[in-house]
Amino acid sequence: MITTDVLAPVVATVREIQQETQDTFTLTLETPEPFNFKPGQFNMLYIPGAGEAAVSISGDVTQPHELIHTIREVGNVTRGLVALKPGDQLGVRGPFGRPWPMDVVDGRDVLVIAGGIGLAPLRPAVLALSAKRAEIGRLTVIYGARSPEDMLYAREFLGWKDAFVARATVDTASPSWRGNMGVVTKLISPVDFDPTRVIAMICGPEIMMRFAIRSLSALGVEDDRIFLSMERNMKCAAGICGHCQYGNYFVCKDGPVFDYDQVRKLFGVKEV
Amino acid sequence: MQVYRFEADALNALIATLRERGYKVIAPTPMDGAVVLGEITDAGQLPRGYCDEQEKGVYRLKKTDRDAFFDFNVGPRSPKRYLFPTNHVLWRSRQENGRLEIYSESDDEKPFAFLGIRPCEMKAVAVQDRVLSKGPFADRIYSNRRQKALFIPVDCTRAGKTCFCTSMGGGPEATEGYHLALTEVIDENRHFFLARPGEENSVNLLECMQAVPATAEEIKQGRDLIEKTAACMGREVNTAGVAEMLAEYRDHPHWEEIGKRCMNCTNCTMVCPTCFCFEVEDHNDLTGQNTERTRQWDSCFNLSFTYQHGGSVRHTNKARYRQWLTHKFSAWHDQFGESGCVGCGRCITWCPVGIDVTEEIQMFQEKTS
Repeated sequence: MITTDVLAPVVATVREIQQETQDTFTLTLETPEPFNFKPGQFNMLYIPGAGEAAVSISGDVTQPHELIHTIREVGNVTRGLVALKPGDQLGVRGPFGRPWPMDVVDGRDVLVIAGGIGLAPLRPAVLALSAKRAEIGRLTVIYGARSPEDMLYAREFLGWKDAFVARATVDTASPSWRGNMGVVTKLISPVDFDPTRVIAMICGPEIMMRFAIRSLSALGVEDDRIFLSMERNMKCAAGICGHCQYGNYFVCKDGPVFDYDQVRKLFGVKEV
Repeated sequence: MQVYRFEADALNALIATLRERGYKVIAPTPMDGAVVLGEITDAGQLPRGYCDEQEKGVYRLKKTDRDAFFDFNVGPRSPKRYLFPTNHVLWRSRQENGRLEIYSESDDEKPFAFLGIRPCEMKAVAVQDRVLSKGPFADRIYSNRRQKALFIPVDCTRAGKTCFCTSMGGGPEATEGYHLALTEVIDENRHFFLARPGEENSVNLLECMQAVPATAEEIKQGRDLIEKTAACMGREVNTAGVAEMLAEYRDHPHWEEIGKRCMNCTNCTMVCPTCFCFEVEDHNDLTGQNTERTRQWDSCFNLSFTYQHGGSVRHTNKARYRQWLTHKFSAWHDQFGESGCVGCGRCITWCPVGIDVTEEIQMFQEKTS
């Protein structure tokens, strides 16, 4: 049991803010103590006057001195976050939540499927998997964005393509785009992985995750090897405010990463 | 453990002693036509000679011709109002010259002594303990107040028409968590309390009331009253298989039918002694430099409860009612290893359209069998 005040943030300082796309930016923070976290965990970021929002951590777990979040501007708090400048201060609480299953990947192929901003919580997993490629099987990253201009970490993604299989697809593009177009599920191919042993990690809109799961299931990937990151309204992140309940789970403490076997029954029901 | 007896008039000595020891005494008291919990300083503030009548959407307070102190059942307030206060400051922040400071607000409330709360409320405190102080993270304010609190519940010697504690294991006799559990016994000749100390060190509370060991006859009188109460519960729930049934039938058309009656007024969640959901609110001063964050009770019936970028996940009445009932009677078991309902019946009494959880569960049982 943690007895400090889990609801009170600690103060962090903005080191850098970098525009990723038209509506998305990456915030690098400095914290008083090194900030240790696991891939897939999230923080609550607090802006005085605007409030608090749950944001996944997008940095490298081996670099605890820089706390990185990639954020899309969608509401009051995220608008406040985008207005920050280097040297500004904000509140941070975390890290919270169940991480991606990095403890079961050894010796297995890993398939990472991201849609839109869903790549942000997967980036720490991709970085960690990339660093331990000798211990795992084949690594494949599949990424779908609205347009080439909406792709996160575009420069880094090119490096990923050199190191392992990384494919991107977009919904719409100008004629100069030479890459894939269409839904992300089109890029799922059993050529890249062994369906009987692969670990899949998926994050994106619920509809995209639904279709990705369907494709994987059709290839024979078992439910308990498909992992997804869920999103619900969060206020406390500590399992006591009730907001993020999803069936019998609290997304903040039982998730945000679930295996599909856990949530299969809930996934088909509306308004859970 | 030894059962003691003290005369009814000694309640005042008990209240005085608790106050001397630094407690704020929280007890039932009649106010605005209901028996509610409030701070008392004298036994004269207890609802002596009152009883309540409760039914679906009905609560009436009446005078009786008896002199009993605890002749009623539960009112709308429960200990959660004190242990888990709404509108409470969590922390403050101050921003000056680009520097931000955040500091937790201290809670210097005096310790509470709950006198005359009911066994179902005692049980509800135990249920909230598992949520607010026994999970991976503990709520600072709740845990602090809870740890310092003293509990002197009074067993129910009368069952209300909306009561179903025997179905949920919440009563009518206090069985856990108390310092001193009382049973009120009154007849033509005598008016006394039986007292069961819950801990060794609570025996010393008995001295101020000049309590003496109870006779076998007196103990039997108390036991008979509790047994009679258990036998005349106003309602009941057959809990066998309910958790599994509600989890299985999330798409059942009966949810739609309840959704048409439910007004999403949140009354059931506000009066529920175990509902713990909260919302936070930031209050900024005009300079924009100072903020205080407060906590308010929230309700899964509020549309804003599941709001996330652009819409609410549970946007229909039926989905919000389903969340509440399924959480109480099903998900709670998975989350905390027990039911979230103690059978106090408040949600039935205070529902303005008279939705009755016991009836709705029975409907599901009939329609899915």
